Amino acid sequence: MIEVEGLTKYYGRLAAIRGVNFRVESGEIVGFLGPNGAGKTSTMRILTCFSPASAGVARILGMDTREDSMKIRQKVGYVPENVPLYEWMRVRNYLEFVARAKRVSASDRSAEINRVAESVGLDQVMDKLIRSLSKGYRQRVGLAQALLGNPPILILDEPTIGLDPKQIREIRQLIKSFSHNRTVILSTHILPEVSQVCDRVIIINKGSIVAEDSPSNLMKSHGKFSRARVVVRAPDAEATELFSGLPGVHSAHSVAPAENDEVAVTVESSPDIDVRPALARAVMEKGWDLLELRSLQVSLEDVFIDLITEETEDQGAPEDQERKEETA
Amino acid sequence: MTGLIAVFRKEMAGFFVSPVAYCVIASFLFIFGFFFWANMSFMSLVSLQAMNNPMIAERINLTDIVVRPLLQNMGIVLLFLIPLLSMRVFAEEKKSGSIELLLTYPISDAAVVLGKFLASALLLLIMLLATWPSMILLFGIGDPDAGNMLTGYLGLFLMGGAFMALGVFVSSLTENQIISGALTFGAALLFWVLSWSSTLAGDPWGTVLRQLSILEHLESFYKGLINVSDLSFFVLFTSFFLFMTFRSLETYRWRG
Repeated sequence: MIEVEGLTKYYGRLAAIRGVNFRVESGEIVGFLGPNGAGKTSTMRILTCFSPASAGVARILGMDTREDSMKIRQKVGYVPENVPLYEWMRVRNYLEFVARAKRVSASDRSAEINRVAESVGLDQVMDKLIRSLSKGYRQRVGLAQALLGNPPILILDEPTIGLDPKQIREIRQLIKSFSHNRTVILSTHILPEVSQVCDRVIIINKGSIVAEDSPSNLMKSHGKFSRARVVVRAPDAEATELFSGLPGVHSAHSVAPAENDEVAVTVESSPDIDVRPALARAVMEKGWDLLELRSLQVSLEDVFIDLITEETEDQGAPEDQERKEETA
Repeated sequence: MTGLIAVFRKEMAGFFVSPVAYCVIASFLFIFGFFFWANMSFMSLVSLQAMNNPMIAERINLTDIVVRPLLQNMGIVLLFLIPLLSMRVFAEEKKSGSIELLLTYPISDAAVVLGKFLASALLLLIMLLATWPSMILLFGIGDPDAGNMLTGYLGLFLMGGAFMALGVFVSSLTENQIISGALTFGAALLFWVLSWSSTLAGDPWGTVLRQLSILEHLESFYKGLINVSDLSFFVLFTSFFLFMTFRSLETYRWRG
């Protein structure tokens, strides 16, 4: 279990995170979502006891990161962004070093290394130099070092960055497979990753938490409109006019040019109304052919962009303000 | 302790997988060989001349003509080479980012600093021990003063360790190995020559400068003495910079 209260981190006079509060229950997989420079890495560095917080408290399994740093470090496995490893070491030697550093007892060490290596699929490359491994395998070595010592908490900073789609899928599956009986926090700015892997999302922007919920709830609550897609065989202008006139509909516009008399229309309506029955009825009354009718999901991406732009609109472009944003 | 051993072993392995340690040791031994040959040639020249003059013959010996100048020269060579060994100790890890992982393992900062320092010190010791075969040869051809030789080596080791601690500290300040090496060399050279200006400075600063100078404290070891004040100077010098490294890691964490 992880509890964070009023966590603040300053770099000089610049605040990377300001008064961040959240809780992660044991066994949860939580996605930490935010644009580059939002404070994800800073938060993770505090949780892993790499860096002390300027203010606020972070408790892991009830222990304070400031007071019980050594105990916490044994309970937390960490994979930093870009997985910095000792390039010149062989995988086995590297894992031996980490096992020793994490105080795995000498008698269990080789069994532990083999167990972890097997679970992340490293057994084939144990005698290779880390330098010669592909990015996907390096990420696995990163995961392996985090898993050594069997920590109940895993903190992964951008675990899929720079990987190809196949590797991304493999790493995600690995993360999922470790998450039984473990608490996992992973940061990312790849949005589908969150909905696929995480139970809950914490969206952070400019050092503060802007939203916190399950991916599906976020998508429900943060869409400004619910949208439906209708494909009918009818004249374009007539169809859009008909649909915009229906009760609860904000707007309707054709999305694709008509082809074989078919027209595709996106209908936006208030989020609390399902307009599909009304749409179907209207089409039937006109005697048109209804070819397709479905509601369009608001993507997590829309929610994300929505949330982070709401915050930044009056503060200038988000790109200008990298992680070390000036405090007022 | 386990953490210290883990760091120590990793550092040791780090020295020997890259060619750096081999190159530095090879250069050191090559230069040692050169001076050994030069001093031995000088010795044989002096001995030839002394054959006609028993007064001189009584006063020449291997310790004064071969061993002591050789060790003095090697002290200067170490001054050049130690920055090359110490420069990577922290700088490399800071550059690659691996220090972030290292500092989140359950190893205290003190153990990280000590593990790294002890590995570097062991490398220095290996380097010095590798010169012993030549020194042992001397016992076959003459009668050098073994005690004097040992205190000389002790002095070299203490001096090397002090510079190594200085180098480890400088290395913890930067992620650029060249900067780390250059600054270490500059600082070490300054500590070396500090006593040269002591007469110009006058008292009390002259005394302070003299007391801070490495060369000044090394002298007694070359002469075959183990002086408590000189011994404690090196121990304090080394501890001071190790402590500074420890503090430097702490500020690195705050800034991280």
